Amino acid sequence: MADQRTQDPVYKTEALIAEDIDAYLDRHQHKTMLRFITCGSVDDGKSTLIGRLLYDSKMIFEDQLAALENDSKKVGTQGQEIDFALLVDGLAAEREQGITIDVAYRFFSTEKRKFIVADCPGHEQYTRNMVTGASTADLAVILIDARKGVLVQTRRHSFLCHQLGIRNIVLAVNKMDLIDYDQRKYDAIVEDYRKFAAEIGIESFVPMPISGFKGDNITSNSANTPWYDGTPLVEHLEGVEINAAHDLDKPFRMSVQWVNRPNLDFRGFSGLISTGSIKPGDAIRVLPSGKTSTVKSIVTFDGELDEAQAGQSVTICLADEIDCSRGDVIAAADNPPEVADQFEATIVWMDDEALHVGRGYWLKLAAQTVSATVAEPKYEINVNDPAGVGSHLAAKTLELNSIGVAEVTTDRPITFEPYADNRTLGGFILVDKITNRTVGAGMLHFSLRRAQNVHWQPTTITREQHANIKNQKPLVLWFTGLSGSGKSTIANEVEQGLARMNRHTFLLDGDNIRHGLNKDLGFTEADRIENVRRIGEVAKLMADAGLIVLTAFISPFRAERQMVRDMVPEGEFVEIFVDTPLEVAEKRDVKGLYKKAREGKLKNFTGIDSPYEAPERPDITVNTVQMTPSEAADYIIRQIIGRI
Amino acid sequence: MTKTLTHLQRLEAESIHIMREVVAEAEKPVMLYSIGKDSAVMLHLAKKAFYPSPPPFPLLHVDTTWKFRAMYELREKSARDAGMDLLVYHNPEAKERGINPFDHGPLHTDMWKTEGLKQALDKYGFDAAFGGARRDEEKSRAKERIFSFRTATHGWDPKNQRPELWNLYNARKKKGESIRVFPISNWTELDIWQYIHLENIEIVPLYYSAKRPTVERDGMLLMVDDDRFPLKPGETPVERSIRFRTLGCYPLTGAVESEAATLPEIIQEMLLTTTSERQGRAIDRDAGDASMEKKKQEGYF
Repeated sequence: MADQRTQDPVYKTEALIAEDIDAYLDRHQHKTMLRFITCGSVDDGKSTLIGRLLYDSKMIFEDQLAALENDSKKVGTQGQEIDFALLVDGLAAEREQGITIDVAYRFFSTEKRKFIVADCPGHEQYTRNMVTGASTADLAVILIDARKGVLVQTRRHSFLCHQLGIRNIVLAVNKMDLIDYDQRKYDAIVEDYRKFAAEIGIESFVPMPISGFKGDNITSNSANTPWYDGTPLVEHLEGVEINAAHDLDKPFRMSVQWVNRPNLDFRGFSGLISTGSIKPGDAIRVLPSGKTSTVKSIVTFDGELDEAQAGQSVTICLADEIDCSRGDVIAAADNPPEVADQFEATIVWMDDEALHVGRGYWLKLAAQTVSATVAEPKYEINVNDPAGVGSHLAAKTLELNSIGVAEVTTDRPITFEPYADNRTLGGFILVDKITNRTVGAGMLHFSLRRAQNVHWQPTTITREQHANIKNQKPLVLWFTGLSGSGKSTIANEVEQGLARMNRHTFLLDGDNIRHGLNKDLGFTEADRIENVRRIGEVAKLMADAGLIVLTAFISPFRAERQMVRDMVPEGEFVEIFVDTPLEVAEKRDVKGLYKKAREGKLKNFTGIDSPYEAPERPDITVNTVQMTPSEAADYIIRQIIGRI
Repeated sequence: MTKTLTHLQRLEAESIHIMREVVAEAEKPVMLYSIGKDSAVMLHLAKKAFYPSPPPFPLLHVDTTWKFRAMYELREKSARDAGMDLLVYHNPEAKERGINPFDHGPLHTDMWKTEGLKQALDKYGFDAAFGGARRDEEKSRAKERIFSFRTATHGWDPKNQRPELWNLYNARKKKGESIRVFPISNWTELDIWQYIHLENIEIVPLYYSAKRPTVERDGMLLMVDDDRFPLKPGETPVERSIRFRTLGCYPLTGAVESEAATLPEIIQEMLLTTTSERQGRAIDRDAGDASMEKKKQEGYF
């Protein structure tokens, strides 16, 4: 088998390595790093291109090559020639299916740079992977099959790269060998792409005619395309400006990851500087508190630094003892970032379970983790329908792999910057509170209201005093169960029992609340979530007033019950599961609702056409098949009497 | 005066950031320490990440009792120098049954390492374990997350891993579940060697060439490290100038003939070599092409 390796100056380091390893090491030591993403449709030759880059830069060894030649004959699609794609197609399952289904990271380096390539699959259901790969990239290589031209996938990938803030885009028109290096066809494709790019706001891109398989215009200009006067791909990748260069010119920001406190004499704040630079003596401001101080020293294992800059992990000591902990942001005193709790954001949904509007998710941004809710999307951005990628659609929620713009509200103010200015302080993930899966990712645009404008009114009489006057401890007894399970009846009996014991209580009942406070809400999922949220807030206020609050609502979703648990102080929320099998509740059918639901006259009825998520670890369970309502009430009172 | 950071400076900053995230978010982290060059770099980065504090977690060595003697010596010294606790775990069942690489083949790795690791993590209740794996080592690792999520039974499901965007890591998990964290995911073999050179990191002397007693078996050069090595009839150890590109259990680790006795010489040899790093290891070969992936699903690191 003849060596197909491209012989070219950029990789001709072997002589230097052999003759003067110290000189080589010195050169390697001064390389910079560029992260890029490759995207294209299934057969655009992406894996072949990456395989070629690895192969040409000598990242493939003989034993791997031998295995490759073997495989190429066995499963390859390139006849007797080496199938480079086999070098990079990873997991066994994918290989059998012949597709890549997850982001893979590859590495190669040239004289000037080390490269990390995020290899993203082309299948349309995997928007999620593309966004993941694009989030850390300085540059995107958009691959086009010269025989097919600009496809929906091309548009989709370009759009996503643009959304994720990638400014350097290479349009690699691949498989030029298969169209006989026809300049006319190439120009037509580039023109076609130029129109689309302008429509979605891509200001500039660099087109190039290549063949990953044959090696044209990869490391050197190809004799097959004398009409092409641009640089070959690798040379372009070596010269393009990396994001870090822009970050240096921005104001100083560092998120505190960890407070370093080895002994009483040392207190340092450890983090990765996201933008700007800092010197001892510089004035800083800690956000969100707004307290100011100056930098005393910048401590590292390798000694104290005179200056530190974006991209470095350091530990900063301050001149004053001010409050600062994980999640806080240390910033230039005269140019701090904003603090807010309501934003507009672009959100990419990544989970099989669609976004629940109004549900609390964990939002992680830099080192800050807060509870956040997402409102009904203002619009969804079309990335799936071939007609008009980038156009706006109406949407009630966001499904897997869809993208939309919505308001995000956090339960406490966070320090942020628009994503376009700072990826670290503007990019966030959303995590499901029950499954712990990462369900979404988002990019903040701007705040909708500054948190500073909404002050929490401090009251003189504390919640402890309210409770002490009543000679009791507040508690929220949250009854959950199917319609007809007996929640209201049992809650009523519990309240009577507590009243006999001179406890100050209040019972919030589902039907009654829906006649007043929540009469604007229906029974869609979003309305049900909002219903529970409002009841939770009311229960919390009443508990603050020192009352023992009983609530009797179906409250079918675990996440919302958890949300209320998180609202009140720890230990004050008691989840009581009124456990009644659906058949029993339906047989009782006190209000005749099950009958209506079965006849289809009542939509979204829990247990029939809307799910009930039973508590996984309720604080108290009462089984209404085995217990009468008063037995159940007595049992509950016995369980809580020590705590009130 | 600011300047563009080099790739090694950026890789270092990224690894430190990852380690600090784990310490801030996990309840009980541990660093898996295998005494090899990747572990040496990882440990060095941990010292940097938390300086002037010592790294706030212990080192754990899941031992097979069949490592090279020189590895055991460095293990004790490194932990002491870093001011960290060293935990050494031996799978009691493997010990009792006398599992060894000469008689038991793949079972040796499975029981001492795969099972041993699970037992050790369960015993101490660690919920996050740092490992020194790199994405460039093997094809199935190219897709591994930096925070790799494991079920309560230590299972790894390639379909159920969390997307990792920017440098945001989701470390949330339920009781019993754990994460394996790979802070040097984005380093290549060359980066590791270059960094060891630059930072003067102490590594096991076996990486440097020296005259050592060897026998040749199945095309592999094995070092006769102690008297447990059963010589076949007619086999006599031969002194050869050898070194190791990776280190594991000595009966499973092939040496290469080499004169490279300094770090620049090692790097030179590595760059001019034509075989990949893992080729000297028997472990990748025993189940064909997808063997590492299979081992991961079973819980091997």
